[in-house]
Amino acid sequence: MSKTISIDGQSVPFEEGQTIMDAALAAGVYIPHLCHNPEFTPHGSCKLCTVKVNGRNVASCTMPAVEGQEVLNDTEELNADRLALTQMLFVEGNHLCPACEKSGNCQLQAVAYYLGMMSPHYNHFYPQREVDASHPDVILDRNRCIYCELCVRASRDADGKCVFGMSGRGIGSSLVVNSASGRLGDTNLAVTDKAVQVCPTGAILIKGKGFTVPIGRRIFDHYTIKQIQTGGGPHE
Amino acid sequence: MDRPETPDIAPLLTPILAHHGHDASKLLQILRDVQDACHIIPAGAIDLIAVHLGVPRVNVEGVAGFYSFLSTRPVGEYQVLFSGNITDQMLGQDDLMQYLCNKLWVESGKVSEDGLVSIAGTSCTGMCDQGPAALVNGWALTNLDRNRLDLIGELIRSRKPVAEWPPMLFETVDNIRRADVLLGEALAPGDAIRAVLARGARKTLAEMDNSNLRGRGGAGFKTASKWSFCHAAIVEEEGHVICDIGGHPERFIVCNADEGEPGTFKDRVLLNSYADLVFEGMTVGARVVGAGKGFLYLRGEYRYLLGQLEGVLKRRREAGLLGDNILGQADFNFDIEIHLGAGAYICGEESALIESLEGKRGRPRNRPPFPVTHGYQGRPTVVDNVETFACAAKIAAQGGAWFAALGTAQSTGTKLLSVSGDVSRPGIYEYPFGVTVRQVLADCGAEDPYAVQISGPSGTTISWKEFDRRIAFEDLPTAGAFMVFKRKRDVFDAVRNFTHFFAHESCGFCTPCRVGTALQQKIIDKIHSGHGTPSDLEELKRLGHLLKTMSHCGLGSSAANPVLDALAKFPDAFERKLAGLAFEPAFDLDGALETARKITGRDDEWAHL
Repeated sequence: MSKTISIDGQSVPFEEGQTIMDAALAAGVYIPHLCHNPEFTPHGSCKLCTVKVNGRNVASCTMPAVEGQEVLNDTEELNADRLALTQMLFVEGNHLCPACEKSGNCQLQAVAYYLGMMSPHYNHFYPQREVDASHPDVILDRNRCIYCELCVRASRDADGKCVFGMSGRGIGSSLVVNSASGRLGDTNLAVTDKAVQVCPTGAILIKGKGFTVPIGRRIFDHYTIKQIQTGGGPHE
Repeated sequence: MDRPETPDIAPLLTPILAHHGHDASKLLQILRDVQDACHIIPAGAIDLIAVHLGVPRVNVEGVAGFYSFLSTRPVGEYQVLFSGNITDQMLGQDDLMQYLCNKLWVESGKVSEDGLVSIAGTSCTGMCDQGPAALVNGWALTNLDRNRLDLIGELIRSRKPVAEWPPMLFETVDNIRRADVLLGEALAPGDAIRAVLARGARKTLAEMDNSNLRGRGGAGFKTASKWSFCHAAIVEEEGHVICDIGGHPERFIVCNADEGEPGTFKDRVLLNSYADLVFEGMTVGARVVGAGKGFLYLRGEYRYLLGQLEGVLKRRREAGLLGDNILGQADFNFDIEIHLGAGAYICGEESALIESLEGKRGRPRNRPPFPVTHGYQGRPTVVDNVETFACAAKIAAQGGAWFAALGTAQSTGTKLLSVSGDVSRPGIYEYPFGVTVRQVLADCGAEDPYAVQISGPSGTTISWKEFDRRIAFEDLPTAGAFMVFKRKRDVFDAVRNFTHFFAHESCGFCTPCRVGTALQQKIIDKIHSGHGTPSDLEELKRLGHLLKTMSHCGLGSSAANPVLDALAKFPDAFERKLAGLAFEPAFDLDGALETARKITGRDDEWAHL
C-alpha cells in the first residue's frame, strides 16, 4: 500500500524521497510556485509554495512528504500571503508587462493572474539594474530577475557550465555572469543551453524572436498557470 | 563594464593562496587576506583565485559580494567603520562620525579623493559596554570621544600604520560585574577532559542529559539531544556507510562565535578570558559525538582576539589537550581551527555558518536535513554557542545534577547577560536562570528604566510594566543582550535602528525577508520623516505577519519583532509621529524636484510645488 499525505482534505499518494510539491504535482494538485521546476534541485527561495503542515508553514518544494501529513494549501490566508509575496517580487524589480516580450508566457505574470493581483500594492523600488545585450543570441535584462536561480541551477547542473551566479546581499542581490568583464557575451553560454530556456520571467530572452507569437495567442492568454503546471494545458 | 586599473596582483596572491593550501573551502579566508592587502578585492584577483582554486569565477565573485568587510570597490587605505548599534547611537555615535568626517574632509560612505580614508557605519561591533566603538581596518576601537578622534585623525593624516597606533586606542575590558559558577569558579585546563576519559563518552552524554543544558544562542535546543543525534548519525555515500555510529573523524564540532546580535558581547568576554573553558567544552563534545575536527567561527569584528586564541590552542596542543592521542588516549584525536567571519550577521544562523565555513555565501540551507546529520561538508556536525561549550565543560567536570540544581526546572544553570544602554555599570552579569528583569536593572544601576530590549533586535522588547518577568526559556528566552532605555529615550529611534539593521543583514535568499525587510525600513523611514499615516501602521503589521510566517530562517521571522512589540507596547511612539491624514503617498512630489533645483540653482517659490 502506498503512503499518502492529505492536501486540503484530499488524499495524495507519495513515494519515499518525494517532497510535498512532487507529490502534489504528480496528483494534479496545484501549489503556486516560481523558483521550483521539477527538472532541478529544489531551491525554496520564492516561498510562494508555502503550505501549512500540522500548523506550521513550510516550503512545499523542499519539505519531504511524510506519511500522515495534514497539508493546507488552497486557503484564503495562504493565498493572501502568496499574493503579497508576488506583489513584493513585482515592486522590487522593474516589471513592465505591456512592453515585455515574455508577456503572456511569463510565470510571474501568470501567478499574479491566478492569485488575483489587481495592483502592485507596495511602493515601487525602481532599482537601477543592468541590461546586458552583449551576447549574440541571448539578452539578459536584470530588471525582470526574481532571483529564482533557475538559470544558475540549469547552467551548473544541466549544462555543466556555471554561467550564472548570485552576488550582493539582501535587497542589493544581483545576478552575475561568469566572465571577467561581467558581460554575458564573454561567457560560454550557448543559445541552446538549458539555462536559456528556464527563466520564468523575461529576464533571459532569445534574441531575434520578438513577438513571433502575437499577444493574445500566448500560453497564459488561454490557460491558467494551474492548468499548465498540473498537466491540464495544451497537449502537444 | 569599467574595471579599475590594478597592479599585477599575482605576486601578492601567490603567498596568500599557498598559505591557505589552495583550498576552495578557505575562499573566505583568502578573500579576507586580499582585502587586507589591497583595500579592495580587485577584479583581477577574482580571476586568478578562480583559476587557482579551480572554482567558477562567478562563485568567487558571489562570495566577494556577500560579506560586508569585503569590497569590490575601493575603500580607504584607512577604513573607519563606526558601530551602528542603538547603544552606540545613544552615546553620540552619529555626532562623532560626522566630527571625524569633517576633520578628514571626507563624506561618510565615500572614499577621500586621495584614497587615504573612508568612513562609514557598520553593524554592532560588540563593544556596547565601552562604546561608542568603531573598527579601523578591522581592529576594534572603543570609548571614542572627540579627543580620541583628534588623535585618530592625526594618525591617519600622518599615515601611521595601524599596528603602530597607541595601544590605548584598542584597549578593551571584560567588565565582569557579576560572576556565578561559570565565570567565578575556575577549572584547570584538562580537568573536564580527564573527567570524560574517566567516566566514558556514554556516561558523559548521560550527565549532559541530566544537566538539561539548553543552547545559549537563544533557541534553547537541548544540547544533549543535539549531541546524541550527531553521535547516532550514519552517513552513507553511494550506498557505502562512510560514517558509522560510535565515532569517526568525519564528524565536526563547531563553536558559533559569530556574536552578531546587536547588544550581545558575552562571547567576546568568554573568548578573551575563558578560552580554555570554551575549547575544553568543544573537546568534551568531540569525545562524546566522536568528532576529529573542530572549528571556531569567530566573527570578523573580533579579529583582535585571533592572535591570543591561536596562542591558547598552541598551548593546549603542547599540553596534550588537543591533537593526536589527547591526554595519552590512543583513539582520541581532535584539533580546532579558527575561521574568521567577514561581517555577516546571518552567519550566526547555524546552516549559514556552515556554508560560510565551507567558503561560500552565508546563506541558510533548506532543512531538513539538519546539521547534526548533514552539516559541514555534508557530515554530521554539532554547532553550539560559545557559552554552551563553556557550560558543557563545567558539566563534564562537575556532573549534570550539580548543574541542574541551578536556575529553574526548565532553564537550568546560569546565563550571561550583556548589559548596556542607560545603566551606570554596563558589562557582563551572570545570574542563575529565573532572575527578574527588575533585579538585573537594580544591579546594573539602570536610570529611570522605561524599556528593555531582551536578546537584541530579534528578541523581545519589554516595557516598564513587565519588569517582574524572568530571564528563562519559559518566560524571556535570551541569547544574552540586555539593552536598557530610560524614560526620556524615544523607543521609535531604537525600532528604526533595528529595522535598518535587518534590511542590511538580510541575505536576500527568500522573497519575504529580502523585500520585506527593505519595505519595513522604508515605511519606518517614512514615519520618521513625518509622512507616516495610520495606514502605514497597518501595513507594518501586515508585513510583520509575512516576515514571521513566510521567511526561510530566523533572521526574517524575527525581523519584525521590534516593530510589532513596539506597536503593541508603545503605540504612542509611532502615533505622535504620524501626519494628521488617513493616507499620504510615500512619493514626495516636492522632494523629487530637489535634484532639479540643485542643478538649476533655484530655490524660489516657483521651484516648489
